[in-house]
Amino acid sequence: MSTIILTLVTGVGLGALYFLVASGLSLIYGLMHVLNFAHGAFLTLSAFLGWMVAQALGTESWWSFLVSILVGAAVGAVFATLTELVLIRPLYERHIEQVLVTVGLSFAAVALFEGVWGTDAIPISGPPWLKETTEILGARIPNVYWILMLAAGLVLAALVLFLKKTRYGMIIRAGVENRSMVTALGIDVRRSFTLVFAIGGAAAGIGGVLAMHYSTFVSAHLGSTLLIFAFIVTVVGGLGSLTGAAVASVLVAVLQQFANFYLGGTGDFIVVILLAVVLLVRPSGLLGRKA
Amino acid sequence: MSAILDVSDLRCSIAGQPVVESVTFSVPATGITAVLGRNGVGKTSTLRGILGLIHRRGEVRLAGERIDALPTHRIVQRGVGYVPEDREVFAKLTVAENLALAERQRNPRREFVAELFPDLVNRRDQMAGTLSGGQQQMVSVARALMNDNQLLLVDEPTKGLAPKIVTEVADALEEAAKTVPILLVEQNLEVVKRLAHDAIVIDSGRVVHVGPAREILDDEDLTQRLLGVHAERQADAGTAPSSEAHS
Repeated sequence: MSTIILTLVTGVGLGALYFLVASGLSLIYGLMHVLNFAHGAFLTLSAFLGWMVAQALGTESWWSFLVSILVGAAVGAVFATLTELVLIRPLYERHIEQVLVTVGLSFAAVALFEGVWGTDAIPISGPPWLKETTEILGARIPNVYWILMLAAGLVLAALVLFLKKTRYGMIIRAGVENRSMVTALGIDVRRSFTLVFAIGGAAAGIGGVLAMHYSTFVSAHLGSTLLIFAFIVTVVGGLGSLTGAAVASVLVAVLQQFANFYLGGTGDFIVVILLAVVLLVRPSGLLGRKA
Repeated sequence: MSAILDVSDLRCSIAGQPVVESVTFSVPATGITAVLGRNGVGKTSTLRGILGLIHRRGEVRLAGERIDALPTHRIVQRGVGYVPEDREVFAKLTVAENLALAERQRNPRREFVAELFPDLVNRRDQMAGTLSGGQQQMVSVARALMNDNQLLLVDEPTKGLAPKIVTEVADALEEAAKTVPILLVEQNLEVVKRLAHDAIVIDSGRVVHVGPAREILDDEDLTQRLLGVHAERQADAGTAPSSEAHS
């Protein structure tokens, strides 16, 4: 029983991490029809800079942990905004070129990060509590999973509030449905493109700092590894659906954890099978719009 | 009479394929001007070209100022309201949100719209995708009426609607036309007869006739020749001809 609880809770925690990366991907695709392969680079840079700040402030304090998360969010948002303004916007309506430029940026960014921080993974540390466990129904859950769930819950709530309660949120929801009609109401939809990139980058930045604590290291490839699963989550949930991304994050990660534990470490394989089944049976994803 | 819109040698294409060859016409600063024509001649594309929603070349002037190089949102901000074919309401947004999105000016005309479409007030919290076709059309027209525009482009507002709703939509357009000129694409010739003062007939991507709407519609031979349909027969049927699809 305690093993099931452990697998389930760690699955939900890992799903929370996937959601932090996938939420931005999904929003960006939904509004702009761009699969952003550079999203992992936002995450990695945020993790590196978050780690540098944490080191400067003292890695064991909660204060430095919180500041490093905020720095990660800010770095992710700024990097994503610059990417949209400098690389994506000049290629407006040229979706294939936009995707290609994000692929190029992702490769260039990894090479740059390796040049600056080296090719080896750098071990990191944080508040000691993160390495401790909390017992739930006999299962000893590593505390970092609670932080992942808390962060994803807060990001989800903030995104939902933003989308439901603000004019820009309304524009983004309308743009996901019918972008040209939004412009035909006199709204410059390109501003919301930049905003969506910034929001997605901030969420990825938070995810980057937390992924670093989850992995206990930071490396130039931190984002690329997570990005693969974030893409799977985005497709399974339905491109453009935030709720779909949230549901699929948990589903994919829980399935992955259970398969890893009970089916001899086949978690990644099972997840790819799930992706194939969803694409065959429901190509629009669990909560995506039908084409 | 002065013109609010001057279109000169407008050519439009979609995915590289020409859909409007070369249209030239003016829209008077008052009343409703109808754009008529057979199926697929480029009426809808002409409206979309004026708005910059599809690739276009040529000259378009709004109140004397060129707007053909502007992006769509800037053209709309200059005071052009648009009611698209097939309504294009945002299905997952409420009625109130659909209308709020359209508000561009500090004092949007909420009361005017509420008087025209009281049903929408009662349904303000309903998802637009769950409305009937007629109610969705009201949302679409209401969005265009939220601001003090210089011109409205209205594309087939009565398409697929029940006769009672057709009358309601026509009433709303008639009321709106008291304050803003309208360029109307419409297949229902009875509605055109009731609302439009002038008419522009397009065929094969070109303007082939311009004149008072009644002059065309009261002349059965002219109607048959230009539009391929008998206005009288259509009136008897009470709807747009079934052979006509949207262009």
